Amino acid sequence: MIERESALHLLRSVLQDSPADQTEALLLTEDSSLTRFANSAIHQHVAERNQVLVLRVILGKKIAVVTTNIFNPSSVKKSLKKAIALAKVQHPNEEFISLPEPRSIPLIETFSKDIQRLTPDKKVKMIKEILTLVKEKGFKASGAFSNGDVELAVVNSLGVEAYQRFSDLFFHLIVEDGASSGYAGFVSRDVDPFNLSPLAKEAIEKASRGEPIQIEPGEYEVILEPYAVSELLSFLGYLGFHSLAVQEGRSFFCNEFGKKMVDEKVTIYDDGLDPEGLRVPFDFEGVPKQKVIFFEEGVAKEVTYDSFTAGREGKGSTGHGLIAPNTAGPIPINLFMKGGNSSLDEMIRSVRKGIYVTRFHYTNVVEPMRAVITGMTRDGTFLIEEGQIKKPIKNLRFTESILRTLSRVSAISKERRVCSEGTVYSRRFVTGTVAPAIKVDGFNFSGVSVL
Amino acid sequence: MKTLILNILDLAKLKGADYADIRIVRRQNEEIEVKNGKVEALTSDEDFGFGIRILIKGAWGFACSSKVAKREMETVFGRALKIAKASSKVKGKEIVFPSSPPRVDVYGTPVSIDPFDVVPERKIDLLLKADEIIRRNKKVKISEAFLGSYKTEKTFASTEGSYIEQEIVECGAGIAATAIEGGEVQVRSYPNSFRGNFATKGYEWIEELALEHHAQRVADEAEQLLSAKPCPSKITTLILDSSQLALQIHESIGHPIELDRILGTEASYAGTSFLRPEMVGHLKYGSEMVNIVADATYPGGLGTFGYDDEGIEAKGFPIISQGILVNLLTSRETAHYLGKESNGTMRADGWNRIPLIRMTNISIEPGEWTLEGMIADTEEGLFLSTNRSWSIDDKRINFQFGTEIGWEIKGGKLGDIVKNPTYTGITLKFWNSCDAIGSRDHWQMWGTPNCGKGEPGQVAHVGHGAAPARFRNIQVGVMK
Repeated sequence: MIERESALHLLRSVLQDSPADQTEALLLTEDSSLTRFANSAIHQHVAERNQVLVLRVILGKKIAVVTTNIFNPSSVKKSLKKAIALAKVQHPNEEFISLPEPRSIPLIETFSKDIQRLTPDKKVKMIKEILTLVKEKGFKASGAFSNGDVELAVVNSLGVEAYQRFSDLFFHLIVEDGASSGYAGFVSRDVDPFNLSPLAKEAIEKASRGEPIQIEPGEYEVILEPYAVSELLSFLGYLGFHSLAVQEGRSFFCNEFGKKMVDEKVTIYDDGLDPEGLRVPFDFEGVPKQKVIFFEEGVAKEVTYDSFTAGREGKGSTGHGLIAPNTAGPIPINLFMKGGNSSLDEMIRSVRKGIYVTRFHYTNVVEPMRAVITGMTRDGTFLIEEGQIKKPIKNLRFTESILRTLSRVSAISKERRVCSEGTVYSRRFVTGTVAPAIKVDGFNFSGVSVL
Repeated sequence: MKTLILNILDLAKLKGADYADIRIVRRQNEEIEVKNGKVEALTSDEDFGFGIRILIKGAWGFACSSKVAKREMETVFGRALKIAKASSKVKGKEIVFPSSPPRVDVYGTPVSIDPFDVVPERKIDLLLKADEIIRRNKKVKISEAFLGSYKTEKTFASTEGSYIEQEIVECGAGIAATAIEGGEVQVRSYPNSFRGNFATKGYEWIEELALEHHAQRVADEAEQLLSAKPCPSKITTLILDSSQLALQIHESIGHPIELDRILGTEASYAGTSFLRPEMVGHLKYGSEMVNIVADATYPGGLGTFGYDDEGIEAKGFPIISQGILVNLLTSRETAHYLGKESNGTMRADGWNRIPLIRMTNISIEPGEWTLEGMIADTEEGLFLSTNRSWSIDDKRINFQFGTEIGWEIKGGKLGDIVKNPTYTGITLKFWNSCDAIGSRDHWQMWGTPNCGKGEPGQVAHVGHGAAPARFRNIQVGVMK
């Protein structure tokens, strides 16, 4: 890892060399490892060390971005030169106002030495423990266990200087016997709450209810576990909770602010500083995170901004800028849904005939303005009858509006959990959504997975 | 470079590795995104690093770093070795990794115009021109144009003596018009949704696409969709255009035939497959006219290369012949489940990922029909074009797709436009209902640059050749 002073020194030196009117330099480093197991054996175990420098230069209102992971001084100079050359041929973007001014950044701890100390041997030992637990019950296990050490530093020519070191640990487990499967997942910035036995128990219980039966698709009462709810929240974040979608007229929030859109029990917000989530003190522009409330007791309230979309409206960024050039908008990455008063057991007991969903799979947008998505259930879908989970059922396809779903929420669990698949593509920055379980009075299943 | 590589391979032999390979990969990307007359993104990325894969004591270890230097490479080798040794304590069935004859070769994508030799100004002008034509339609509120150029230089070397240098050049472009009115949002794009169409070709490919010639049509169709009637909900005859059929092949044939999924090693993320190795040679996957091939040598295909990332030369082979499943996509480690050798489909998304079984160019062979003839032969149904959404379960059985636009077919003629079209089905039932496939004249290669798989996540660039095709008794209109 580069550490705070070296990281900021490197970025400051880039700024000093830059002839641009405004310059932003971002550094993202990664030291990570991921162990994957299937059929109750480790089949993949990888480790990565990488560092990326992202330079955003502005000449007047002409903007260009250059990224490199080659860090010798001549290469960094070459990248800066390349960025300037690109900016010169760029067309001005009159809507660009400025990179952000410096603001005070909250001091929070997001680094864990214990996560850093997880050696390959330690991880393999832990996986062996869980595989033994699963095997004892007659099941096979697959999953992944990953830990990472990530540094984010942002410096700009207006005086922004931000650095943070993050730890992350994620684990997910699928237990199956060829007929049924069950899932459990965990994500944290701290190793202390990571306890394998309850996770194994959770997944094993889901898979232990026998051969799934087939039921007819249609509208059912549903209980959605936090894993499933977090997926719905993420889609709302992507489709409509941010200023770019509103400015472009493609958000379900357009013309709806101040109006009640979903059930009054529903409050959804983004909060990078809430210790229950995966905390992030500032965004990828070095702006401190502000809490943004999307739905307050069912009423559409506000959206997230980065410096560009905020500049368009003469506002300040809410601290939701993503890595430049971000043309997708300031999509929130620290989502929360407020918990309710129910226990999961109470919610199940209140269902006469319905379906219990652990998680969704391969969801995708069907109609953005109504937030209609489709996807499949996976790893723990059950029929509930007369207040009891009766039998596992074959996976179902749903095609449903998330807004309609949230309008029909009749109970919300008190307990919440942090959910993240931990999927890491090109750059590691693990995020999580804090979600409760919800009971929905009508949810549309449009198909069933049967050959 | 060669000295650095050979040093690691010597070290691997010294430490008793059963096998080791190293890849050094340099990637160069340039992307330009235009939106509403402005160049929203002008970016240049450079990515360089190496990855070492080692097999020892029956277990794999992999470690990688962006610092390509002797000392770091030795440290990373040590890390990979440590990982493999730790993993060997929880190994499953004995790994069968047959040796492969060493190959020393150089491969390069044939290009007429290197896209990195074309100045950004020229590319920006091309996109702005198309964008300006789209914006002439006042119902269009978001106009977009994209152009991407990619170059990957990789050196693969193994303890078996292979030393392969490859340079893969890719580029692609596309335009999209989003019409918005009264809460209705409708998109049309060309040549395909999600940024366009991509190929292993030079800048000549961008010129062939002729974006501005299609700009007005996409804008007009986006406007027409605003007032179009909704897709009906019924069971009917479905004709898919070539681009949508390409994605249908991708999701419901390409992924299920990946042998690593079949053997369960993708269970924790992308999922498994309804197929089993013993189904090869027997399973009636589709109707007799369905012939699917995998061909990593097809000129210009986005899944075209010289050698895979295990040093196996690219090849072409049938997957489905006259409706019967005859082969799967395999690796050196998995091919023995079929009693065969690897068919060379192991590819990694850069230096910092291990190779996985990935699609190459998975294509349907053309049939005899013209599109016009197919429509004229259809009494009642829908013709759907250009993907908008996709979803399929973890075993690849139940799928649902949405397209940007559809047309009713009545009495053998195209009728009204329908908006928000969707269709759903069961993989085997669907492919067995295919009763017409377009001819070579209607067949086209499509590049899919966003195929996700693996943990940590990997994005593969794959290709699919397809012609329009007809399917009977399909559920359409599943919108709630």
